[in-house]
Amino acid sequence: MKVRILVSFKDSVLDPQGQTVKNALHTLGYGFIKDVRQGKVFEIDLKDIPRGELEKAIPEISDKVLANPIIEKFTWQIIEE
Amino acid sequence: MKFGVVVFPGSNCDFDTFHALKDVVGQPTTYLWHKDHDLKGVDCVVLPGGFSYGDYLRSGAIARFSPLMREVRDFADRGGLVLGICNGFQVLLELGLLPGAMLRNKNLKFLCRFVHIRIENNRTRFSHKGKKGQVLKIPIAHFDGNYYAPPQVLEEIEKNKQVLFRYTDEKGRLNEEANVNGSLNCIAGLMNKQGNVMGMMPHPERASEALLGSSDGLVIFKSMIVKQ
Repeated sequence: MKVRILVSFKDSVLDPQGQTVKNALHTLGYGFIKDVRQGKVFEIDLKDIPRGELEKAIPEISDKVLANPIIEKFTWQIIEE
Repeated sequence: MKFGVVVFPGSNCDFDTFHALKDVVGQPTTYLWHKDHDLKGVDCVVLPGGFSYGDYLRSGAIARFSPLMREVRDFADRGGLVLGICNGFQVLLELGLLPGAMLRNKNLKFLCRFVHIRIENNRTRFSHKGKKGQVLKIPIAHFDGNYYAPPQVLEEIEKNKQVLFRYTDEKGRLNEEANVNGSLNCIAGLMNKQGNVMGMMPHPERASEALLGSSDGLVIFKSMIVKQ
């Protein structure tokens, strides 16, 4: 089973890297781009465990390790059953 | 006062900090290996600068899981003196011993240069040998020093006078340019509510002898070794 976790800055936190990417895209002529937020992707390969356990474990490791909850938020999805 | 300097894989200011404490300030100092569970009876734990675990994931994020950090947390909870310098500050934030988090510097550059910081609170165990408003010239060397805390946390920090140092110009004035990394409220160093844990981005050990261009950092070490 594979899970993908996406960690990005909370909306209230300024993301200077995303801003810089946005500016670069504007320079290239993609003026229609309104905003860019940069984040991190984790793909985690795991043993088959009951759904309930998974739904408890993934937010737990995201909060404890993968994201810093003061500045970051996360979403996750199963990408391979 | 016996100091312990924690060594993580990737620490690179451990020798400088050891030298400043032992040879310049003249205090018994020992190294503490991050994998041990022994604080060797020290009175103060110093988390030095560097790039613990290559700063993988986030600066200081992995170091916080080092075995010794459990002892450091208990030591801090019992009122023990803990100082985090640069990466050590980032580790203390990740550990939750200090409030807030670090973002990338506002200009997205690694900054390695002298800065000026102003003593905001001199009634602390880390700054009582200095004067309120005194300007110190101390170098920084970091990529992630842009201090952030949610509004209500920031308000709390200010209300409790937990801010020890702010970035200023050489005359002690606050301005956008002097706030080199973009930190909220120009925060360069702060302590916990209890006043026994302090973190700062500038490196006092790199400003501890005239030969290094400044000895202003000594005020911090000298404050720590005598009772307030």
